[in-house]
Amino acid sequence: MSATTATAVPRTEAAIGPWRLRWRRFRRHRAGMASLVVLLLLALFCLAAIPMQHVLGMDPDATDLLARFDPPSAEHWLGTDEAGRDELIRLMVGGQMSLLVGLLATAVGGIFGLVVGVFAGYFGGRVDALLMRFTDGMIALPLLPLLIVLGAVDLTKLGFSSEFARSGAAGFWRIVIIIAIVDWTAIARLVRAATLSIKERDFVRAARASGAGPLYVMPTHILPNVATPIIVAFTLTVGRVILFESVLSFLGFGIVPPTPSWGNMLNNAQELVTTAPALAVYPGLLIFVTVIAVNFLGDGLQHAFDPRSER
Amino acid sequence: MTRYILRRILQALLVLLVMSFVIYSLIGLMPGDPLDIMLASNPGATPEVVEHLRKLYGLDQPLMLRYLRWLQDALVGQFGYSRTHSLPVLSVLVPALIQTCKLMIISFIASVILAFILGILAALKPGGILDGVISLFAFAGISVPVFWLALMMILVFAVKLHWFPASGIATVGDGGFRDQALHLVMPVITLALASTGGFTRYVRASMIEVLRMDHVRTARAKGAAEWRVVLVHAFRNALIPVVTIMALSFGVLFNGALLTETMFAQPGMGKMIYDAILGNDFNLALTGLLFATVVTLLSNLVADLAYGWLDPRIALT
Amino acid sequence: MNELVALDGISVHFHLGGGGFLGGKPRILRAVENVSFAIGEGETLALVGESGSGKSTLGNVVAGLQPPTAGTLRFRGRTLDRATWPQARRSIQIVFQDPFGALDPRMPVSAIIAEPLRIQGIGTPAERRARTAALVEQVGLPVDALNRYPHEFSGGQRQRIAIARALAPDPALIVADEPLSALDVSIQSQVLNLMKELQERLGLSYLFISHDLAVVNHLVDRVAVLYLGRLVELAPRQLLFDRPSHPYTQALLHAVPRIGRKRARGQTIKGEMPSPLNPPPGCVFHPRCPKAQDVCRTTAPILEPAPGRAAHMSACHFKE
Repeated sequence: MSATTATAVPRTEAAIGPWRLRWRRFRRHRAGMASLVVLLLLALFCLAAIPMQHVLGMDPDATDLLARFDPPSAEHWLGTDEAGRDELIRLMVGGQMSLLVGLLATAVGGIFGLVVGVFAGYFGGRVDALLMRFTDGMIALPLLPLLIVLGAVDLTKLGFSSEFARSGAAGFWRIVIIIAIVDWTAIARLVRAATLSIKERDFVRAARASGAGPLYVMPTHILPNVATPIIVAFTLTVGRVILFESVLSFLGFGIVPPTPSWGNMLNNAQELVTTAPALAVYPGLLIFVTVIAVNFLGDGLQHAFDPRSER
Repeated sequence: MTRYILRRILQALLVLLVMSFVIYSLIGLMPGDPLDIMLASNPGATPEVVEHLRKLYGLDQPLMLRYLRWLQDALVGQFGYSRTHSLPVLSVLVPALIQTCKLMIISFIASVILAFILGILAALKPGGILDGVISLFAFAGISVPVFWLALMMILVFAVKLHWFPASGIATVGDGGFRDQALHLVMPVITLALASTGGFTRYVRASMIEVLRMDHVRTARAKGAAEWRVVLVHAFRNALIPVVTIMALSFGVLFNGALLTETMFAQPGMGKMIYDAILGNDFNLALTGLLFATVVTLLSNLVADLAYGWLDPRIALT
Repeated sequence: MNELVALDGISVHFHLGGGGFLGGKPRILRAVENVSFAIGEGETLALVGESGSGKSTLGNVVAGLQPPTAGTLRFRGRTLDRATWPQARRSIQIVFQDPFGALDPRMPVSAIIAEPLRIQGIGTPAERRARTAALVEQVGLPVDALNRYPHEFSGGQRQRIAIARALAPDPALIVADEPLSALDVSIQSQVLNLMKELQERLGLSYLFISHDLAVVNHLVDRVAVLYLGRLVELAPRQLLFDRPSHPYTQALLHAVPRIGRKRARGQTIKGEMPSPLNPPPGCVFHPRCPKAQDVCRTTAPILEPAPGRAAHMSACHFKE
């Protein structure tokens, strides 16, 4: 008997790529699909501000003290705010801010958590103990008070010029960075656990037996195999970060007015509740819808990626 | 077991120590300077006087030295004076802490009960209509900005319907039990709703898993009544992971409490820390943050120990 | 026969926590204890033992996955250390037991087989592609397997892919860590035949790790028996099967069902293997040995030729 008689399995319908399979499973998750559509519409809504500003000449910062708290009209579809600014264009531009902060802070914190998790999981031992003690410490902290203190830090005391400290860019990057500082631990733990299980798998050991070092193994074998839980975790983090941004901006430690964000548009909401309740409703409702859609999207992805969750 | 507890307590103390230094440094980075504020009320001070005061308060010393001096005082319970309240820090902080704990504990209990009811109902028929509605509610709870939920509560129940007072903990001149309770209703509901979502999802997931397990199916096959199967056989087993996660979340509740208090003008820790930071009240902000850390660390510790105690399969080593 | 790989006094100890801050007693697991043997060019040596005998750990040492706590490893006469391992790696490859865990599910077969070449920086991309295609045919898989993913293959086919990967850098030695035990019996003989065929064609040496003496009989030249991390017997296959010298080997052979022989009573091993955390004093086999005397409880035997057979090494005070 020759060794070359083994026959290959014929190519069957079942042998489609893993990503196609996941997309199929995702499409069956109704809430996830609906959320995807809602999020795309929201992104379109926010981006529509760009042509409206440049083509129609609408200015989110143009105040008109004679037109404060105007009700919805042909000119101002959602009325005007306490400084007579058009509420609709401010919601659109503010949405850009909130979404951008959400994505950027998740990316920065997520990549940091990814690196910490992979290194802790792969090297184990002292590196792991040190990094995980650090992570445990971060998890044990009261997040919101810490964010508020970080938001209150005077940048000039860190050696930045006072012009920069007062600029809108500083406000934007400050909030991205402080949220990233506090919100990387969930991803770090997840990645560490996944790395721990994968680094002992035989395909990693085979690569190591051929002389592969950590800088080969991590991107080639570890990352592709931990991608599934990470994508879900990143999605859920975006939702959480958008909430953090809104809270900080609302409390006055985030995006600095006049630049609008959904959070800081609610700055005066406590007074608005009695005078112009609609202005207190819109920004919060948009935050709420965005975050709930992001969370449902995460749920859908989880379902698509986890073969055990078959319903 | 004793060694495990000891080690966890030691770890928590270490985190607390590191955090106290981090918070101390961060507070130093906040705008203003204790001396500027002092001088603002005394514009006639000469540079010599300023220098003298700086020395007197040790502000010319390096950060580490100032921190160690502060730590020395803090260890014997000397947290200094609150600038805005003109009182020792602890006499401002303790009533606020009690107020916050009251809010947190009542909301926690309310949301745990609600989560168990909803989670079990949803788990009875996964994928059914009731499950869908409850899941939507749970996702809404996770996704809603707490401060906005508070705003909407105020808008609907205080401004429009006049059912409950919008702020404070008591009406001036009343302050009876009923009055105080009425003031607590909206903060408690807000905070409870915000945490019920996450809890409900945990209960649901845990119950679904347990209901599929063999011993539950055996009980069903033996003809036990459905309510008995669910409540006696399944529920007990679903309890362990859920309780742990809930206990762990107690610390997270603090974030919500901070916002709820700020929105409803309740004189708790959250509002106190917020006002202290805005008012440059360094001692109060520092101590408040430290106590917030202690609360979080304590609830994590209790959760860990409860897990080990509830689930004998986990060897605590 | 020229010596290819030689192990000299190899020990592997694992520290299992303890001894640190607030910790208890340090615990040391002695997985491999002072093992020496050599593998010749083109030779197949079987490493046999129960699970927990340290055979896989020893295989990891030879494959360069586990640095030994003590002892040295020689490859073609050169001691392997940090400086010499990198060149030796392409010559020593490993095939694992579980064909499902051995292949990265996110990689197409072509990338899996070419991986040792990529890591070692052997050849240009075009040369690697050509080599990969040749290897796929050599192990009896169709060429179109290259563009497919591991989940599309059966266990036996995956093991062929794993063998192709091991062959890629043209090695001299393949450490085969129980390569058959996860496969169906019908598939086992196919893979075993493939390994034999490849050995004849390429002049390979194998370190064949197995818990099953019956499998070993078909393939190997010599057999090394490991017990609790110690080498207890090392002999040419025929000698070992015909006249096992160590009581442990005798018991192992009696456990192998063979046609035409009655199973002798009282010859099976009693009890379980002790923990390598706490090995017995003297000869580690004495608590389970039918021949144990007082000397066995106090003095560890050394590996020496059995009476009248120079090539037959055995570590027993009462070797046959």
